[in-house]
Amino acid sequence: MNYQAIRSIYFFEMARFFRTYRQSLLAPVISTSLYFVVFGAAIGSRINSVEGVPYGAFIVPGLIMLSVMTQSTSNASFGIYFPKFTGSIYELLSAPVNFFEATVGYVGAAATKALIIGLIILGTSYFFVDLTIAHPFAMVAFLLLTCLSFALLGFIIGIWAGNFEQLNLIPMLIITPLVFLGGSFYSTSMLPPVWQAITMLNPVHYLISGFRWAFFEQADVPVGISLAAIAVFTGLCLAAIAWIFRTGWRIRQ
Amino acid sequence: MAPIVKVNDLRKSYDSGFEALKGVTLDIEEGEIIALLGPNGAGKTTLISTICGITRPTSGTVTVSGHDIIKDYRQARSQIGLVPQELSLEQFETVMNAVRFSRGLFGKPNDDALVEKLLRQLGLHDKKDSKIMALSGGMKRRVLIAKALAHEPRVLFLDEPTAGVDVELRKDMWRVVDELRKTGVTIILTTHYIEEAEAMADRIAVIEKGQIRLVQGKVELMAHLGKKEAIIHLTAPLAEVPASLAHYNVELVNNGSALRYVYDVRAERTGITSLLNDLQTAGLQMSDIETRQSSLEEIFVGLIEGDAA
Repeated sequence: MNYQAIRSIYFFEMARFFRTYRQSLLAPVISTSLYFVVFGAAIGSRINSVEGVPYGAFIVPGLIMLSVMTQSTSNASFGIYFPKFTGSIYELLSAPVNFFEATVGYVGAAATKALIIGLIILGTSYFFVDLTIAHPFAMVAFLLLTCLSFALLGFIIGIWAGNFEQLNLIPMLIITPLVFLGGSFYSTSMLPPVWQAITMLNPVHYLISGFRWAFFEQADVPVGISLAAIAVFTGLCLAAIAWIFRTGWRIRQ
Repeated sequence: MAPIVKVNDLRKSYDSGFEALKGVTLDIEEGEIIALLGPNGAGKTTLISTICGITRPTSGTVTVSGHDIIKDYRQARSQIGLVPQELSLEQFETVMNAVRFSRGLFGKPNDDALVEKLLRQLGLHDKKDSKIMALSGGMKRRVLIAKALAHEPRVLFLDEPTAGVDVELRKDMWRVVDELRKTGVTIILTTHYIEEAEAMADRIAVIEKGQIRLVQGKVELMAHLGKKEAIIHLTAPLAEVPASLAHYNVELVNNGSALRYVYDVRAERTGITSLLNDLQTAGLQMSDIETRQSSLEEIFVGLIEGDAA
């Protein structure tokens, strides 16, 4: 195992993150604050509570999930796509590094960045709402698993993408809608039965529900199912990466 | 001594069906500089990309210091440094960090003293904290070389080190390569400039259409394949070649004031001595004699054209 290479990739990627800290860190803080102003103050003041949770607090897990999922996906996809685009990937391919080590380095860095952003948003939300976390360990576990699994997904997208348009396509067209429609800002119990049934097909719904349970002990689906869903999703991403590793798909001709 | 790089019947077909390498066999000795010389599209880049692990071979084997590039890829690749043709660099990173990263990627612990020494050797030391995007093209090329050497490889691949570079920078790169040679590193470079192969290499492998046409020491290549010509300047001009010299391959040049004799240095007898004797017998006086060897360019063009014919 080339641990030195994993460390090098990880810190090189993290350096990119801190080099652009304004964009990396301030942007999520500002957009979260805007969500609180719009949803929490303007709209939330007209909604008393959802499932016994004040609306301002209710949206916090969904907001964190929204940012964490999009950030880990885009960070990981960009991290591997950029060297492909500039051609500097030659170095990774000619180094005594296997695909597993490269994945750990890139995905680990992307997941760390998303985790940092998630925690910043959580911290920011304390300025706006009263928040207690019922199950801190479960909360952290859900957060970590989400960062990791979506970073894996992003890594796959980055390898697959042939241009910048494709790079943005999946996060924009699939992940963002799934997060919004997965109950980030509402409980699915508010929906008509038909839409409740359709929401059950949305994998992101299980993650948000589980994450919200860790905060408020209130969930749309049992927490065990949420955990199983994220495990299946992580497993699928790992299988896809293992296949890429074996075949060299889009990486090594 | 066993060759440091051994390429055996290497073939590479791309998914498109294009056969870039058609059975390349090549031994590279430790410490030498070998130039892969061939026109664009001959398979030079594919050959070194395959040795370095960027493309997968379709069949055949390559070993580096005895390590198979597929089975023992870690040992094999840790011996190799690659300088790519394009200036592919992380533009926003500093020179120092970029070189440190390369060293780490190859599994070596951080060693700033070594990296700084390398930067000094390549004339990059005063730029070590500059962002790569602020450097000139020639400097970026040096950063690529520093990155390739950061893990102390024994074999260095330079893919078209002077492509798209002006004359001054090209000479500069030759100097850099000459300095590297002194450190004992084996260098394989690709080029389509004959002048470059002639200036830098000890041996030349001519590659064309995915095959190695020949591999020879630069000097032998020129001696064996090259035609030489002798220009014999006469004290008095002639109207025509004397009958006694007609059986030689001679012609009159410079309005009859000189004789040009073309001979093959591969031949057992060059015929020079007898020609000079016969000149004397014919009563011709010489004022000067000069000989000239054909350049690699002429050899190369002859080789390619000969194949087409």
